[in-house]
Amino acid sequence: MSDKRLTEDEVVAELRSGMTIGIGGWGSRRKPMSLVRAIARSALRDLTLVSYGGPDVGVLCATGQVKRVVYAFVSLDTIALDPHFRSARQAGAVEDEPWDEGLFLLGLQAAAWRVPFLPSRVGLGSDLMRLNPRLATVRSPFGDGEELVAAPALELDAALCHLDRADARGNACFLGPDLYFDDLFLRAAARRYISTEKVVATQDLLGEAGTEQRLRIHRAMVDGVVERRGGAHFTDCRPDYERDEAFQKEYAGAASSAEAWDSFRTDWVDLPEHEYQARVAAR
Amino acid sequence: MTVTRAEVCVTAVAECFRGDGEILANPIGTIPMIGGRLARASFEPDLLMTDGEAALISNHAAFAWPEGRVIEAYNPYRSMFDLVWSGRRHVIMGASQIDRFGNQNFAAIGADYTRPRAQLLGFRGAPGNTVNDATSYWVPNHGPRVFVESVDVVTGVGWDRAAAAGPAATRYLDLRRVVTNLAVLDWETLDHRMRLRSCHPGVSVTEVEAATGFELVIPDQVPDSRLPSPEELDLIRSVIDPEGRRETEVPA
Repeated sequence: MSDKRLTEDEVVAELRSGMTIGIGGWGSRRKPMSLVRAIARSALRDLTLVSYGGPDVGVLCATGQVKRVVYAFVSLDTIALDPHFRSARQAGAVEDEPWDEGLFLLGLQAAAWRVPFLPSRVGLGSDLMRLNPRLATVRSPFGDGEELVAAPALELDAALCHLDRADARGNACFLGPDLYFDDLFLRAAARRYISTEKVVATQDLLGEAGTEQRLRIHRAMVDGVVERRGGAHFTDCRPDYERDEAFQKEYAGAASSAEAWDSFRTDWVDLPEHEYQARVAAR
Repeated sequence: MTVTRAEVCVTAVAECFRGDGEILANPIGTIPMIGGRLARASFEPDLLMTDGEAALISNHAAFAWPEGRVIEAYNPYRSMFDLVWSGRRHVIMGASQIDRFGNQNFAAIGADYTRPRAQLLGFRGAPGNTVNDATSYWVPNHGPRVFVESVDVVTGVGWDRAAAAGPAATRYLDLRRVVTNLAVLDWETLDHRMRLRSCHPGVSVTEVEAATGFELVIPDQVPDSRLPSPEELDLIRSVIDPEGRRETEVPA
């Protein structure tokens, strides 16, 4: 029986420059930020990020470790646009692969089901077909003959997600309003890592979840478990904690100049995770 | 009782949903959320609406439910796409740019997409929304920078682009209206060019034309957008938006 517990740095040690990394959560909600911070402290570079984007994308754009962003939006929810991502885009510093947010789910699902594509109406007539070179059309083999969009499989080298509770083997649950697409990210990836607020004994997992319908991640979907209370900070991780709006404002404000980012980076990125958490607690 | 411009906009948004029946009304933005609630609280009682997150709720209040949410169903994002792709939804989106055929852009501004002058929201769900569902738009700042001859990026699909893409794109395309701080527009013309449907009281046709960067179809008679009834006004002010958020989005 395997104990899959790792530290953030041990997870990052299993990643390589140039990888395609899927990140769970949605916008500024339940993002695996302690893993993102660990990447930000690492020498990894030229990453392709696949994400319902929030500060995960913004932080790694700010550190210059991103080559390409595969996304439908990069939002901080209460701040409509992540300004670090904006700056990177406007400087032409990252490659941009646009998706529709629903089509994106089909790409993950195709990868999870090991088929090359799934068909959809989504994208027809829009500039997705012009700006996303991976999209193509496919003709229905049936009598209708409709020409539809083929959403290509979004195969991931690695997936990172943050779940509220887990056991040491990788069974996990979400306690908030929405799983988002974390299960699909994990199923679409070759290496699968989760961080969690708390590791509990397997027999306590159902009690923590309240209902088996929240036990949506099982151990065959997970290769590594990082226990980190506050691991999603400063994003929303209800019911454990709400988004730290004041902190998020500081993060967004740090996009105003190179000096502001350097200062933010010194204070909140270039430090061990346990120190980060201690500083947050002391705010 | 003086009716504000914001309240006229709310009423015009509500009118977008008239006749929609038992589908998800999914208005995005402050005035749209109030307008959708108004439609359901008055003449479209069967509409479904979200709490902005993962539940469908029956409360009339638009933004806060101190008495608790009355949850009708669980509707996480995954279920939302089921709704969207099955066609049982009418969305109201924003637009940073929109052209005469209803092509919408809120992804990026500038000629070079690889290095835009302004990165905006991204494509979000606009391509899928437009080819699957009834779609209307809300523009709180009607001006020639929004209503443009040609959008920089087509996120939401317009009539001409859908037609060029073929029958799979036009099959469910259903662009309804644009509500702005000045007027209501639609595409009820032979060639789906944008038409001025009504001007909000106090706004002239000339004013709308000057604020629009392309030539609108102007009918011989352009009516005023209707005012809310006293009952509707009471719903807006006392029940749906008691904090008056509408007035911050469209100041008097």
